[in-house]
Amino acid sequence: MDVISHLSLGFGVALTLQNLAYCFLGVLLGTLIGVLPGIGPLVTIAMLLPITFGLDPVSSLIMLAGIFYGAQYGGSTTAILVNMPGEASSAVTAIDGYQMARQGRAGPALAIAAVSSFVGGTISTLLVAFFGPLIGTWALEFGAAEYFSLMFMGLVFSAVLVHGDLVKSLAMVAAGLMLGIVGTDVTSGLPRFSFGLSELLDGVGFTVIAVGLFAVAEIVQNISRTEKVEVFSKDIKNLMPTWADMKAAWKPTLRGTALGSFFGALPGITASVASFSAYMLEKKLAKDPSRFGKGAIEGVAAPEAANNAAAQTHFIPTLILGIPASAVMALMLGALTMQGIQPGPEVMNSRPELFWGLVASMFVGNVLLLVLNLPLVGLWARLTQVPYRWLFPAIMMFAALGNYSLNNSAMDVYLCAATGILGYVMAKLECHPAPLILGFVLGPMLEENLRRALLMSDGSFAVFVTRPISLTFLVVTFGLFVAMVLPSVRRRRDLATGGDGTD
Amino acid sequence: MSTNFHNNRDALAGLLFMALGAIGFVVALSYPFGSLQEMGPGFFPRVLGVMLVGFGIATLIKGLRSGERVEGAWGWLPLLLLVASLVAFGWLMERFGLLPALVVLIVTSARAGKEFRWKETAVLTVVLCLMAVAIFVWGLGLPYSLFSFEPGH
Repeated sequence: MDVISHLSLGFGVALTLQNLAYCFLGVLLGTLIGVLPGIGPLVTIAMLLPITFGLDPVSSLIMLAGIFYGAQYGGSTTAILVNMPGEASSAVTAIDGYQMARQGRAGPALAIAAVSSFVGGTISTLLVAFFGPLIGTWALEFGAAEYFSLMFMGLVFSAVLVHGDLVKSLAMVAAGLMLGIVGTDVTSGLPRFSFGLSELLDGVGFTVIAVGLFAVAEIVQNISRTEKVEVFSKDIKNLMPTWADMKAAWKPTLRGTALGSFFGALPGITASVASFSAYMLEKKLAKDPSRFGKGAIEGVAAPEAANNAAAQTHFIPTLILGIPASAVMALMLGALTMQGIQPGPEVMNSRPELFWGLVASMFVGNVLLLVLNLPLVGLWARLTQVPYRWLFPAIMMFAALGNYSLNNSAMDVYLCAATGILGYVMAKLECHPAPLILGFVLGPMLEENLRRALLMSDGSFAVFVTRPISLTFLVVTFGLFVAMVLPSVRRRRDLATGGDGTD
Repeated sequence: MSTNFHNNRDALAGLLFMALGAIGFVVALSYPFGSLQEMGPGFFPRVLGVMLVGFGIATLIKGLRSGERVEGAWGWLPLLLLVASLVAFGWLMERFGLLPALVVLIVTSARAGKEFRWKETAVLTVVLCLMAVAIFVWGLGLPYSLFSFEPGH
């Protein structure tokens, strides 16, 4: 079978000593930093990105992916023990996980989180291996109109599915698109919004924006926060979940995996949406929904599985279509582009070792994550006690040096500071940064494909609705939009997207 | 409690979007607009500018109607200190080298926290400087001098 031969090629790449070491290092570093309170996967990757620049493309992608799911798992640990999730998708885990910890059941909560992440990750990686090539073949037929409609769908999704005011989220998308314009226009060669600064001719770097919005702005918010949190990391005695725990958790894990895999494959839907919907589904299916929020094990298993499943299927739109599904994926994509690889449907044929090596390394990474986390849980738990006043200067150091090292220029550091101000003001005004950052990432591609589609159609917008695939994307977008604007669904949406979608 | 304009959450957000949109639109006026068949470099930013102003007006009106306030106090001082620490880092890095830039960065940003202890910050600074030099200079081999003197950069 095709998949088997591809996977064996992939494992040949992933299991070389070198790549195995990078995968391990990535998972270890990712967990180590992700477990620190208040640091999410995005900031973790942005901080560790410079470390991977010297590696060859395959190794650096494998290591970055390792950092990503390591950081995600680390974030769940923090969510359970400290109730201070570093990212929105772990915020769901915190609801019941933290309650379990308060009841002295931190060990089983952590173990179930690890196992359901593993199951979710492994199954969804299989899905990537089976459906990746199919979607890749299908995507070869995509023209400019299809790409435009798909990105449009992703942008609308990201605005509609984030918690809070819809108009503000749409405005954040537009603001992100506007920021993405900064730099030299591809078609005309004209510098736009560069204000005479030569450093802006190549546009604003993605890490600059990400670190400014998510690290600097976030630190200011965390410092200004007043309430004290109780940490439950000393009393992890028994990791072993009871038989009843496992019986209660396996079905939610599988349902969470299914939801997460599906949502992860759609651009614009972040892992936090996947984990929130998995949580809501379990609450709906439960015989006694009132247990949720008071330490229900299903409330840990389902979102963790969904979260990790979505993390793997995010690679489908990102690598195969070249459309980053989330801010984290945009960082990965940026790293690949810096290595001279243009992601898209051709990558699978032109660089099979890259795609299949990554897929195989996801299996390896998930195994490493499990092997690493269960025995090291005590160490991670101790790390969650590091006081925040030591952490944020360290984050600032990595932020400053990381941004400086991009172009060896202070301009990126100044821009990061400016983005930090903007990000803080926006956060205070309850404008969520996730839609903005997706707009920023997709902006240049969106404009380019719109321009190409209209050039070929002689300026007629009919091209977007006469081509069936493009029409499908637009109909789905419109359907979701209308559904979400209806008041009854709107109320449910507010429940389901309680997070801020920062991953 | 009365909501003044300066703490009206959505009104301020609306103004912010309107300002961003207006700036984008006005700057983009100097770029060729082109046509639908051949979009010029001014097409996309101008359309976005109009959209942003529109969203901004809608948000402003909503804010004036609902009068929802900004939650919690503004943390201007920590924000100022963190931003200052980054700017100082960039400025010093290009003129006096890595170590002076790092020391100022770490001490200034640590000052932004609620609890600030000199001794603890001193230890933290030494540890972080060592870490930075080990990772970025020795590990990644980035060509940064620890000390330099180019005030006229």
